[in-house]
Amino acid sequence: MEVLIQVLNGVQLGLLMFLLAAGLTLTFGIMDLVNLAHGSLYMMGAYIAWTFISWSDSFVLGALLALPATFIVGVIVEVVIARRLYARDHLDQVLATFGLILFFNDLVRAIWGPAGKSIAVPPFLDHTIEILPGALYPAYRLAIIVVGTGVALLLAWLVARTRLGMLIRAGASNRRMIAALGVNIELLFSLVFGLGAVFAGLAGLMAAPISSVKIGMGDDILILAFVIIVTGGIGSIKGAFVAAMGVGQLDIVGRVYLADWLKAVMDPAAASAAAPAISQVLIYIVMAAVLVWRPTGLFGQRQ
Amino acid sequence: MMAGKLLGAATIAAMAFGLQPVWAQDSIKIGFISTFSGSQAAIGEDMRRSVDLAVEHLGGKMAGKKIEIVYEDDQFKPDVGKARSEKLVQQDKVNFVAGYIWSNVLLASLKTVTDEGDTILISANAGPSQIAGELCNKNFFSTSWQNDQTPMAMGEYLNTKGVKSLYVVAPNYAAGKDMAAGVKRTYKGKIAGEDYTKWPDQLDFSAELTKIAAAKPDGIFIFYPGAHGVQFVKQWVQAGINKTVPLYQVFSIDAITLPQQGELALGTLGAQEWVNDLPNEQNKKYVADFKNKYKVYPSYYGAQSYDAIMLIASAAEALKGDLSSKDKVRAELKKANFKSLRGDFKFNTNQFPIQNFYIQETVKDPQGMMTVKTIATAVKDGKDSYYQKCSMK
Repeated sequence: MEVLIQVLNGVQLGLLMFLLAAGLTLTFGIMDLVNLAHGSLYMMGAYIAWTFISWSDSFVLGALLALPATFIVGVIVEVVIARRLYARDHLDQVLATFGLILFFNDLVRAIWGPAGKSIAVPPFLDHTIEILPGALYPAYRLAIIVVGTGVALLLAWLVARTRLGMLIRAGASNRRMIAALGVNIELLFSLVFGLGAVFAGLAGLMAAPISSVKIGMGDDILILAFVIIVTGGIGSIKGAFVAAMGVGQLDIVGRVYLADWLKAVMDPAAASAAAPAISQVLIYIVMAAVLVWRPTGLFGQRQ
Repeated sequence: MMAGKLLGAATIAAMAFGLQPVWAQDSIKIGFISTFSGSQAAIGEDMRRSVDLAVEHLGGKMAGKKIEIVYEDDQFKPDVGKARSEKLVQQDKVNFVAGYIWSNVLLASLKTVTDEGDTILISANAGPSQIAGELCNKNFFSTSWQNDQTPMAMGEYLNTKGVKSLYVVAPNYAAGKDMAAGVKRTYKGKIAGEDYTKWPDQLDFSAELTKIAAAKPDGIFIFYPGAHGVQFVKQWVQAGINKTVPLYQVFSIDAITLPQQGELALGTLGAQEWVNDLPNEQNKKYVADFKNKYKVYPSYYGAQSYDAIMLIASAAEALKGDLSSKDKVRAELKKANFKSLRGDFKFNTNQFPIQNFYIQETVKDPQGMMTVKTIATAVKDGKDSYYQKCSMK
């Protein structure tokens, strides 16, 4: 029973990470842009949602208003800054988007103050559900799983079945060719960037009630998102999904089971000291192993 | 002529030894390091308010000299804290450095202030075991506690309450390990499980709470200061575990976190060396003036910061404002000859306080504000467990 709950915890974390990684892998894969400021869009989503939720007094309405607002923020960033970076090399992109992180952190400090905000769990989800006899799970986390799965399915449909998705896939395999075929590439890039911002913002606002809304909240989690897109294969939505779910489960394994497993093979005191340290590097070890086996990631384009 | 030469020689000597001509100084400068930005800024704000209140109560002066406080933000990062400490000592040439919420920030900054800067450091919160023991330093004083002591008091109380099994959760850094070691040292029941979480970026405790629910202990012991405490308490309630397993805490439910925890925290018990309702005169005045001025309760972070300023004032007054001899300043500080908000205390050989610890319960005051009140004394005249490892006798 405990295992089932822990698997759900891992799925919930994995889905949030997937939402963040989806936009990142698209911008990296299609525009060839290393966007360090993707975590800032996650933060903006949460702060904008806080404003709308306080104003409308409703979590759902606030969240629904925050999504288009984050889309607009994403499109502005694309048109004003990111567009100028596509042709530059990765080092220039890293410098410029790192500058954007500092800009967004100070923008948030100027608008919302330094103290951080908290978003409450909406009252209709503020209880636990008995998913199986004796196994309780917080309703809000279950809602994250439902919404996250829904959005993942929507994205899968969008990429596999629509014209926009066809262009996205074509862009990920050969950017120059689709421009040569007369596709309005500027519009496509703005749309993809805005879409990535919406997913990041959604992840930020859904994570807000379980963590907190604070300056730099996206910076910690961004590294994890990069691990996911590199492991999954840059530009691949399917890869991002598989890697994110893997990272979610791996995180739970590191936090919950590693200490017990180590105790079986080493001295208990040493095991409980080593487990937290190992769990922090576990995902990097797995990433390294995957890259040795498949240098372009699980579902990356073969060069 | 002769006198002029002597004075000249003294000035040259003073300059040669890198000393400031202290008689020329007309103010007492105190550097104060805390966290003033980011998710833990509320703690720094509480400390700053209390320092400002202490200066106000002193009439802005110590021994007739103006008090000058230089606040610096450690941004909750050890490397930044160390750099800010260095700036206070080398550039501002402060007489004292005080503050420090975080054990890892204090450990990173200690040598910079006490050895390289030969400046007296007064910790108003952090109390890592290393500094109480082998790293103890003649230039280091504490107006708080050694990290293990507060959880040790909690452990004693859990024994008398008959709590049979306990699940320990704390962050994986210097203070988290000290706190867990502290409660385990005195608690005699069964440890049902232990978890150390990533610090400071882990704010999601779902996996740990699931393990706790499965282990079915009689109680949970936590140490999650500030924003992390808010999250743990919220998630403990969201997961429904509050209905079956009570929470015992140190530094996780206080005047900083209660505005966000609200009624979720009602009835939880914690240990502390200072509580806002301790019945001495200076404490009544401090709490009343603080509430009047800022419309919220002060926390122990603030009370300890207030005490740090009052301790400095006691030494400055006794020396009539002449801080030129560090030996004399240290000797005066060591007397702890001031009215502490927790009632009088003595310094142990390692210059940590010998003091009482109380058990506090989270309640609602008559005005409907969340606060804590004393319900028992857990430890009388407690000493930390490391002072014998300290080379100072």
